[in-house]
Amino acid sequence: MSDHDYRPKSKVGQWFNDRLPLLTLANHLTDYPTPKNLNYWWTFGGILTFCLITQIVTGLTLAMHYIAHADMAFESVEHIMRDVNYGWLIRYIHANGASMFFLAVYIHIFRSLFYGSYKSPREIIWILGIIIYLLMMAAAFMGYVLPWGQMSFWGATVITNLFSAIPLVGEGIVTWLWGGYSVDNPTLTRFFTLHYLIPFLILGLVVLHIWALHVPGNNNPVGIDIKKPSKDTVPFHPYIVIKDGFALLMFMIVFAFFVFYAPNILGHADNYIEANPMVTPAHIVPEWYLLPFYAILRSVPDKLLGVVAMLSAILILAVLPWLDTSKIRSAVFRPLYKQFYWILVADVLILGYVGAMPAEGLYLLIARVATAYYFLHFLVILPVLGFKEKTLPVPLSITEPVLGGSPNLAGARNKESKIE
Amino acid sequence: MSEKKTKRRDFLFTATTAVGAVGAAAVVWPMIDQMNPDASVKALASTEVDVSELTPGNTLTVLWRGKPVFIRRRTQEEIDEARAVKMEDLIHPEKDEDRAKNPEWLVMLGVCTHLGCVPLNDKGDYNGWFCPCHGSHYDTSGRIRKGPAPWNMEVPKYEFVDANTIKIG
Repeated sequence: MSDHDYRPKSKVGQWFNDRLPLLTLANHLTDYPTPKNLNYWWTFGGILTFCLITQIVTGLTLAMHYIAHADMAFESVEHIMRDVNYGWLIRYIHANGASMFFLAVYIHIFRSLFYGSYKSPREIIWILGIIIYLLMMAAAFMGYVLPWGQMSFWGATVITNLFSAIPLVGEGIVTWLWGGYSVDNPTLTRFFTLHYLIPFLILGLVVLHIWALHVPGNNNPVGIDIKKPSKDTVPFHPYIVIKDGFALLMFMIVFAFFVFYAPNILGHADNYIEANPMVTPAHIVPEWYLLPFYAILRSVPDKLLGVVAMLSAILILAVLPWLDTSKIRSAVFRPLYKQFYWILVADVLILGYVGAMPAEGLYLLIARVATAYYFLHFLVILPVLGFKEKTLPVPLSITEPVLGGSPNLAGARNKESKIE
Repeated sequence: MSEKKTKRRDFLFTATTAVGAVGAAAVVWPMIDQMNPDASVKALASTEVDVSELTPGNTLTVLWRGKPVFIRRRTQEEIDEARAVKMEDLIHPEKDEDRAKNPEWLVMLGVCTHLGCVPLNDKGDYNGWFCPCHGSHYDTSGRIRKGPAPWNMEVPKYEFVDANTIKIG
């Protein structure tokens, strides 16, 4: 954190701040110099913080009524829905909140991919983000098991069985995870414990994520290093606070639409049937936010390799800062990368679509092609592009393309009008 | 480092680290092992099933250790079909004679070896079982013939206590 000459005005403030410099921290956060050209794609960090806090608060209140026991979990969720005052509201916010959280995190990740925010010197911020994303998936998966419906039970069975693909020790690990010979009460109680723990781990990592962000400062749509503070920056408060706040309100409208008008549209009807270890639902599908990875898992005909491919698809993101060899951050100045970026977006959406479809015939073929392309993008296209691509001239500052007076002006102007 | 002389401080340092490491390991193991199946789960190790009502061509599904077990009373055609298969056509080669000691009775865990779903009876390309989750086909001996599952459905330890009762486990 940058050094401050800040000194509180009041005597009490000074006395307190000398002993615990919380006011210095608050001052750092409010005055923090932020690039003045941040667009609305940059508001999702704040939106994600809101999502995390919403999940923690609604989760705590749900835990006051939920019973983590195989014989009572399903009924206790129905009890929350029917008997507990506003229980339906709290549960619907929590369940849809998970989807909203993932919606926001995917936009946040793809914003980073477009503007090259993962590149030096922001690799640690990016890797912390990937760890948060992995923990989010673990929390979402375990949370989905808690209502103990059919999808809960069979989703838990399928996902924990992924570990049985590990040679030699796989079966032992699965038995250890279950605490028995199948998904049962011991599995439910430990999943509840971990589901309760993980959000607080995420909270800690978010603090590190923001701390690491405040060392180099925000990337920006132009993707150049800026001096802070300078004419290219504005203080975080009130400029960014207001912008984040407005975007958050827009986001909450979407959130409220799902909670109040379509609370079950993102879920599966099968989860309103109590878990039955004797019958598998005809069509097991994970929640929408895990579908692309599920499609990758199913596209590989070998069990172990399928699991390896699925995990690699996520972990490959952690080494992205070193796979992308281009020195230019923002796709605005990378005409070829920009096209491959949109192909990747389409590829992931296609994977998500085929992940929800039965793994046979044409769907399976599409899933295989899309899986191959996904890895091709990261392992071949990105490294090669850094050397082959002819990038556009990058402005020297954020203000330069607007106020003029630079040889780079024309190029930058043309480019910006094209994006719009 | 001019001279190499073991000092009392070095000894204390090494001894403390060693005792600390052993102590940490001794505390970590119970923390890990508490997640393994407990005594009450292990106690449900066997179950007895009355199969007197089961007619040929039908399957009884019972729960054993939280998992479904298929008890299939096979018809003569099913037995012939299972025994006629050549070993080289199998993904996980096992003789039907070894899987069903008494050819009329096939007892196996009704758990797909891919990711643990329960396969459906009398379905699939091989007249045996079909797993709806990821499309694995099993034959009339419960052997994997097509799809992502790596192994045949597992035959648990079982025995006929008398003519009408099977003890699983």
